[in-house]
Amino acid sequence: MTYTRRNPAAVIGAATFGMGEAPGFTSPDLAARASLAALAQAGISLSQVDGVFIAFPDDFLSGLSFAEYLGIRPKLTNNNRTGGSAFLTHMNVAAHALAAGEIDVALIAYGSNQRTGHGGHVSAAAPNPHEKPFRPRLPISAYALAASRHMYEYGTTRDDFFAVVKSAREWAMLNPDAFMRKPVTRDEYYASRMVSDPFCVMDCCLVTDGAAAIVMVRKDWVDRRPAAYLLGLGEATDHYQIAQMPDMTTSAAKFSGERAFAQAGIGPDDVDVVELYDAFTINTIMFLEDLGFCKKGEGGAFVSSGAIAPGGTLPVNTNGGGLSCVHPGMYGLFTVVEAYRQLTGAAGDRQISGAEIAVAHGNGGFLSSQVTAVLGGAATQ
Amino acid sequence: MATIDGVHPDQEFFAFLAEGRFMVQRSRTGGKAFFYPRVAEPGTGRTDLEWFEVSGLGTVYATTTVRVRPPELDYNVAVVELDEGARMLSRIEDVAPQDVVVGMRVKARIVPFEKHHTVVFAPLAAGGEEVARS
Repeated sequence: MTYTRRNPAAVIGAATFGMGEAPGFTSPDLAARASLAALAQAGISLSQVDGVFIAFPDDFLSGLSFAEYLGIRPKLTNNNRTGGSAFLTHMNVAAHALAAGEIDVALIAYGSNQRTGHGGHVSAAAPNPHEKPFRPRLPISAYALAASRHMYEYGTTRDDFFAVVKSAREWAMLNPDAFMRKPVTRDEYYASRMVSDPFCVMDCCLVTDGAAAIVMVRKDWVDRRPAAYLLGLGEATDHYQIAQMPDMTTSAAKFSGERAFAQAGIGPDDVDVVELYDAFTINTIMFLEDLGFCKKGEGGAFVSSGAIAPGGTLPVNTNGGGLSCVHPGMYGLFTVVEAYRQLTGAAGDRQISGAEIAVAHGNGGFLSSQVTAVLGGAATQ
Repeated sequence: MATIDGVHPDQEFFAFLAEGRFMVQRSRTGGKAFFYPRVAEPGTGRTDLEWFEVSGLGTVYATTTVRVRPPELDYNVAVVELDEGARMLSRIEDVAPQDVVVGMRVKARIVPFEKHHTVVFAPLAAGGEEVARS
């Protein structure tokens, strides 16, 4: 295998904080605690951070407010907002700024107290005049609409959705940080309250508190510490509102994935572990198809075969994902933290033995923004 | 205040609806219908736009039933693909929300909403006769 990104950026610290419930902390408090933990792991002091990347759900100027909170004067702040994928777009900008020598240390962070703080999802946008009369329960209804189309075109079933739920839960049971760790049965799934057909409560991600942070530097900064190298990263978007999605069964992950794999010089078969943004059960199925881990339309059968669960052929969402581990409004950065842990042998009972290549995939909006990162462990350098 | 020349997308769309006309835009060059209303054709930026009245016929492309707490009633939200090609978010009326299925043929009707009007749909009756506007 060859890896084509020259002098790749490396993640040398990755941490979470306040997973599940963290009463008494504000969102910046949580993000700061995760940031300090990631910096400590990286052996880098706060004052060395010269690039700050962040997006709080309820703060449009969080690049400024978070730098102020930390008491640093960065050369570069970035507050790009693409929904939950934002943090992977931050990695892209950070990697370029690092490669160009504009910055030396990028801190990418997120935190939210949405479970204990104000107890609900924060909407990122004002209602659209052409959607408002119909009262879709966003974001759930948008993904439910996409699921209805996938069921129609490919015969995907609620049993397939349950396979995603069960797999995520089985991984979560191996992760002490996961919020939902009780076994889940098919009967419980079908008894779960319907929210927006075909989705019941268990098809939807958790509403939790939590924070994550990563520290990125140039490869030549990496000492003997564990690192995960950014081998490829692709972004793609093809709509915002769900009714504008060109093909409601195929997301722009097809394109973000192709670009990321091309940069890395590898294909889906080379990937050891996959972390997907599973805001809803359909996401896991659709992204597995779009990223090339199975054929279009066969995602349902693939997950129902047990392939993505512990012991399966393709470990997916090994922390338990947004469905069972953590989902504080925006989950994207947690896919990267878990990929880093798998590649550095720090994943405890859920460690994938010999994992060298990981995919972290972020989703934002209503399947609108897709960002794929291919990360490699020490053996890839 | 002076009016600036050119199409005023939402303003004109809602004015047509108020007259009982369901109009969408297309480029005179490209000819492909698009929705929601814009100042230029998406993808090309063409500004040679015209409004034209659509048939009102369409097909359910995707559907969901939003579940709510009683006494409020569960309701449908659907993406409808117009026969002219454009897709829009809407709802299917005159049928239980769970009975709306992808592929169902539907016909538009214009209904009041807040200060404006909006377009909803109802199943096209067998035989294809029009469903009356409310």
